[in-house]
Amino acid sequence: MSLLEIKEATLKFGGVVAVNNLSLSVEEGEVYAIVGPNGAGKSTVFNLISRFYQPFSGSITFDGQNLLDRAPDQVADLGIARTFQNIELFDHATVLQNLLVGRHRHRKTSLVEELFFAPRVRREEIAHREAVEEVVDFLDLQPYRDKMIAGLPYGVRKVVELGRALATGPKLLLLDEPASGLSVEETQDMRWWIDDIRKQMGITVLMVEHDMGLVSSVSDRVLALADGAKLAEGTPAEVQADPAVIEAYLGVGAV
Amino acid sequence: MRILFKTSYNDDIRLFPDRWTLAVYAALLALAVLLPMLLDEFYIGEVTNVLIWAVAGLGLMLLTGQTGQVSLGHAAFLAIGCYTNTILIEAGLPFIVAFPLAGVITGIVGGIIAIPALRLHGIYLAIATIALSILADDIIVLLDPWTGGVSGKFPAVITIFGLEIERWTMPVRFYYLVLVVTMICTLFYRNLLRAPLGRAFAAVRDSEVSATAMGVHIARTKVKAFGLSCMITGWAGTLMGYYAGAFNNETFSLVISITLLMMIVIGGLGSIHGAFFGAVVVAFLPQALSIAKGAMIGGSVAIPGLETGVFGLILILFILFEPMGLYGRWLKIRTWFELFPFARKDMFRRQKSYLKTERLR
Repeated sequence: MSLLEIKEATLKFGGVVAVNNLSLSVEEGEVYAIVGPNGAGKSTVFNLISRFYQPFSGSITFDGQNLLDRAPDQVADLGIARTFQNIELFDHATVLQNLLVGRHRHRKTSLVEELFFAPRVRREEIAHREAVEEVVDFLDLQPYRDKMIAGLPYGVRKVVELGRALATGPKLLLLDEPASGLSVEETQDMRWWIDDIRKQMGITVLMVEHDMGLVSSVSDRVLALADGAKLAEGTPAEVQADPAVIEAYLGVGAV
Repeated sequence: MRILFKTSYNDDIRLFPDRWTLAVYAALLALAVLLPMLLDEFYIGEVTNVLIWAVAGLGLMLLTGQTGQVSLGHAAFLAIGCYTNTILIEAGLPFIVAFPLAGVITGIVGGIIAIPALRLHGIYLAIATIALSILADDIIVLLDPWTGGVSGKFPAVITIFGLEIERWTMPVRFYYLVLVVTMICTLFYRNLLRAPLGRAFAAVRDSEVSATAMGVHIARTKVKAFGLSCMITGWAGTLMGYYAGAFNNETFSLVISITLLMMIVIGGLGSIHGAFFGAVVVAFLPQALSIAKGAMIGGSVAIPGLETGVFGLILILFILFEPMGLYGRWLKIRTWFELFPFARKDMFRRQKSYLKTERLR
């Protein structure tokens, strides 16, 4: 059984069909990439999985459970974490605090306990911190622990956002353009991290990315989208060679 | 410059990061305890006023500074706390029970009011809460049998285990009571900040979209913020009632709400220090103004709207030149001395945030 399965999902905004009868399945342990021209509906697919949008028809199941039964804030509880295309960090908090918010779904303490900072709260905080420190070590964020997000360069923010998603301890990681705006070296780092996330942590990755170099080097399977519908699916090489994909990117007669 | 060596994760969780900070705050506490021996009763009264405003400021700071929800209705919650406490004591409860209960009841009322109000964002929430401030006045008049309506009420006498406390005849005892309440509220605030809920507040303030994606329930978190904020505000309202000695429907007016909001902006949004710095300004500015006015044009001349005008001017100047408030200024000065001579002018300049994800839904 696939980890994530979208079946015949359709989403319209007024007359615009953002996602058109789309089906895809992501297997456990793979890196699955979605590519496509601007406005193809890639991020919309992510927002469907995050439950920010309600599909008109179709079904989404994750790990055997119907995702459409869940509220947006319950998606993280199932083990789905995500990053955003335009970086949505908590700007007026430190890197550590941002990563610790990632642990939110693991909290067990009540409001009253937290108000009095009961011993259990302290124990839990230390446990959260230990989990977060593993992420800090993994992503080399040590120099930035106590820095405010608002003062950090773009590349570092990108990594912090990845770290925050990892801190939730997910089964499925949704990366919305992990390499956009990154330098060549940073993209290279990102590639190794995605590899390690899959191999060492055993986390399934679903990503949207424009950088075909990154896509073909890390992903097992690629889905090409255009106008909300599936164009082609297969290994990176297959998709890149597909005439429909070339047509969507370059136009008719380019080949 | 002090360098901190942290050897356990507890070092980041404890209240005071190092011995030096602990010593500073211990000294501050000692000063606060010994203050009645250093100042006469008039000034103790003034300091009490500062502390009461600071508690009210902490209440609003939790909501506005921490969770990012602007409220111009907090005078209503001051009133609820104040009246509830008095009514409970009149019903026969001892102060030691009635006082905490008054805060909790205010918190629950605040949480309930928050449920519809929190569908609104930013300026719209501020406008909706203004209505709350205005309504409070009328509701107090309408509930005449309990609230005494226009003629108002006198706060019930405080008796804690046989010890009587009265604001006018025993200002020192009242000062100690306020000091204890202030410390408890500050401690609650600090505890929240280092616990998951405090981080959830900041998450809701900075990005609702990604807070949701991290599993934070936005509405529930906002209701909690509103409830806790109103609880502290309720306690402040009770103390304000005692401090004033009498209160009616006009005591907790919209002007108080606006002053509160102004106070935390001047003090520095999002910090405990900010609430205290702002309280000092709000409590002492009227006195300072009347002294200045007396020196310049003689005390007998009344200038209508002088206080409000000066307050407004100060607020505008702060927003233009020091958006981080007095606490931000203090941080800058401290850093300048700590790093001397290496402090740079732009150290606190923050980059504007990048593109924001379009509003979902």
